[in-house]
Amino acid sequence: MHLLSKETNVNFVGIRKYALAFSAILLIVSVYSIVTNSLNFGIDFTGGTMIELGYPQTVDLGEIRTTLEQGGFEDALVQNFGSLSDVLIRLPVIETENMAELSNKVVELLQAEQTEAIEVRRVEFVGPQVGEELAEDGGLAMVYALIGILIYVALRFEYRFAIASVLALVHDVVITVGFFSFFRLDFDLTVLAAILAVIGYSLNDTIVVFDRIRESFLKMRKAEPVEVINTSINATLGRTIMTSMTTLLVVIALFVFGGEVIHAFATALLIGILVGTYSSIYVAGTAVLLMGVTKTDLMPPEKEEEGDINPDGSQV
Amino acid sequence: MNRYPLWKNLLVVAVILIAIIYAMPNLFGDDPAVQVSAGRLNSVDLQLVNEIESTLKQADIPYKGVVLEENRLLIRFTEADDQLEARDLIQQELSSEDYIVALNLAPNTPAWLRSLGAEPMNLGLDLRGGVHFLMEVDMDAVLKQTLESYASDIRILLRDKTIRYTQVNVDKGVLTFGFREQADLDAAIAEINREHNELNAVVDEDAERPTVAITLNETIVRETQTLALQQNITTLRNRINELGVAEPTVQQQGQDRIVVQLPGVQDTAQAKKILGATATLEFRLVDFENDVQDALNGRVPANSELFYHRDGRPYLLNKRVMLTGEHVINAASTIDGQSGSPAVSVTLDGKGARIFSNITRENIGNPMSVVFIESKIETQVIDGEEVSVRRQLPEIISVATIRDQLGKKFQITGLDSTTEARDLALLLRAGALAAPIDIVEERTVGPSLGQENINQGFASVMIGFALVLVFMIVWYRLFGAVANLALAANLVLIVALLSMLQATLTMPGIAGIVLTVGMAVDANVLIFERIREELRLGNSPRASIEAGYSKAFSTIADANITTLIAAIVLFGFGTGTIKGFAITLTLGILTSMFTAIVGTRMVINLIYGNKQRPKLSI
Repeated sequence: MHLLSKETNVNFVGIRKYALAFSAILLIVSVYSIVTNSLNFGIDFTGGTMIELGYPQTVDLGEIRTTLEQGGFEDALVQNFGSLSDVLIRLPVIETENMAELSNKVVELLQAEQTEAIEVRRVEFVGPQVGEELAEDGGLAMVYALIGILIYVALRFEYRFAIASVLALVHDVVITVGFFSFFRLDFDLTVLAAILAVIGYSLNDTIVVFDRIRESFLKMRKAEPVEVINTSINATLGRTIMTSMTTLLVVIALFVFGGEVIHAFATALLIGILVGTYSSIYVAGTAVLLMGVTKTDLMPPEKEEEGDINPDGSQV
Repeated sequence: MNRYPLWKNLLVVAVILIAIIYAMPNLFGDDPAVQVSAGRLNSVDLQLVNEIESTLKQADIPYKGVVLEENRLLIRFTEADDQLEARDLIQQELSSEDYIVALNLAPNTPAWLRSLGAEPMNLGLDLRGGVHFLMEVDMDAVLKQTLESYASDIRILLRDKTIRYTQVNVDKGVLTFGFREQADLDAAIAEINREHNELNAVVDEDAERPTVAITLNETIVRETQTLALQQNITTLRNRINELGVAEPTVQQQGQDRIVVQLPGVQDTAQAKKILGATATLEFRLVDFENDVQDALNGRVPANSELFYHRDGRPYLLNKRVMLTGEHVINAASTIDGQSGSPAVSVTLDGKGARIFSNITRENIGNPMSVVFIESKIETQVIDGEEVSVRRQLPEIISVATIRDQLGKKFQITGLDSTTEARDLALLLRAGALAAPIDIVEERTVGPSLGQENINQGFASVMIGFALVLVFMIVWYRLFGAVANLALAANLVLIVALLSMLQATLTMPGIAGIVLTVGMAVDANVLIFERIREELRLGNSPRASIEAGYSKAFSTIADANITTLIAAIVLFGFGTGTIKGFAITLTLGILTSMFTAIVGTRMVINLIYGNKQRPKLSI
């Protein structure tokens, strides 16, 4: 089966104004939401305690809240997790308490109300100091990944391609983070990891398009940059969509079957891959065009590597 | 010709065969097992095997087998219930002896695979259940302790030199001495700098009165911190042995942190108590006038107490404590200059040295002992109520004869090995400076959630894999099927590499594998789309295949290298679980390059390579 039975010739660059407007709206909404709503940071970053309990039967959250309040944990957040008999309790950092012992106290308190044993499925406690460090390291990781990619693309292509690809990446990251902010989803360490994976993935997509743009510039010597870029995006469209499809398939499998713990992670990947695919079709090419790349900009690297490069710019 | 040389075909086949062998151990699963490992005084041997076997037979608990390994014994069971029952029984049986009895899982790897060094992957705590603690040594307190012991030293120094000081203070890593006269200040600075070149003594310009500000120099600070960390790691290891954990991990992380992982532990409250215990030291004279044997029979002299050495021997010690651990500044293993045998050199603070010197002068030729006292908080049920009780566990760690009047620095000699010297030094330090330690991170996963995670992880890998397989066949037909073979080979390669590296598989690690499954076919998609394009341009099938592979290569390389950059950054910055994701993603990218490019090409060549004008099923 051919997804695109004949060569497509959609004028992607022609509709760049609409694409830019669409991206701009998404970006503005994202940034606005991040600024006003902030993010629903998980305890990985804020510090605090998270306890997942498995009750033998369906349980009334109100009762648990009352018990916790009476026990002195007014700030406890109680919600169901996965099923009606599973409960997730979140406690913020309490300075006066011995934080490490908190989870044991809470479990003891709730167990006293129950005749049957409550199963402690998961406890996560992160000290405030550690949380701060994780947030800092995470931010740094993002920056270093972007810098590393910038350098690699600048070396392999040309600095304008590098800037365009990083622009596309920032676009993807901001919109994915904005999604988490807008819908108040938990932003924890695994989400951060997913966003870094999205950076890798989206770049992968963008690079494929850029590779083709470079190749086409050298092949279509008389064509205008707009035409070259359009042809390249069309030529790689089948691949872009196919790869996004297979990756989306597995991520959906992860989202549906991977369980609650991996849910936020899968959500971030899902959004990131959708946005990443969009950006490599609509944003990256346009960005290169706006940077004013011309055929002459791409000549030098070819000369340098003449020895092992085919006339069409590919390597064996 | 579209044909690979023979060596290339053989290489691909060989790599995949090796991968299959090393991935195989993961198929056989685990047996529930009870692990018995030796404490300090014992070893596991055949006699113990017989003892345990007859115990199990008597109690009629069926077991699959007993394996004697280097320093542990694994008894395998078919049922988890038998395992629990046997654990309790063996624990009871061996309670009087120094053994660690713990629940474990024993991989069912067949002998022939084990002989090739093939072992299954390790499962992370989020998959097998257990506790992960990150503990932090309070370095400020450590420095404060060190400065305080210097303070008592300098007090004595100043008193000896009749320099009068008014007040002493330790605050924020600075030790200050106040003086009435400027002349005293100058004299003090000169004396301190002469006596202690590890200290920096300068005039405190901010103070109203003449004051000297003393700080430790960088090397000493670093040394003190390293020692504090090591000593904590040692004491933590000792304590964890009591918890009966099969495969505990205690590792340094960074400058001031220790990672403790206890697979299978559920009672975190108990674990926290045991890990949070403290230890002290006591120096006592040995009572050699009375008979130990009498004391063992219940006739302990009024002025003495009965203690046991770590090696099990009983001793009678004076009730009076000569010196406690707070006066010990440092202890290090060394070689005795005279005899050339291993020794431990101990440094006391000024006050300690004075007391010690007086007592040892009067007791030359008599034996002296060092007692290590670990105090633990245990929960006991008294009158139906749970009460926390502090229990002390004293243990003699050294008995030596006083040969001379001892002062600030002395040596404990007569040790059998450098290992013994090192252990003794560590214990002395552990008892001397109890560096305060806090739990700053905890991640506990219950056993049922662990199993759930395994099941869900496995399900998502398999379902994702199946979806991609179907998709590829529908879109690329025979070529799709070839890509699917490569994808399967890729999965086997990842599992084989993880097993060979003995990496720890975590839930994020599984997510990395799932993601790799989706992204690994990308290389094939790129190649196949290129081949289609070449065909559309009217090229011959053979030329199209050739061009498809060669033109797609640089794109594939670029795309994968950039993803690798992201994965490596993730690895560098991530903590434990995130690292797992980074590792599988990185391995997946590398293996997919091999399978998707070299592997598929080989199969395609085998199918179409000999035909003159084949019709491609793409």
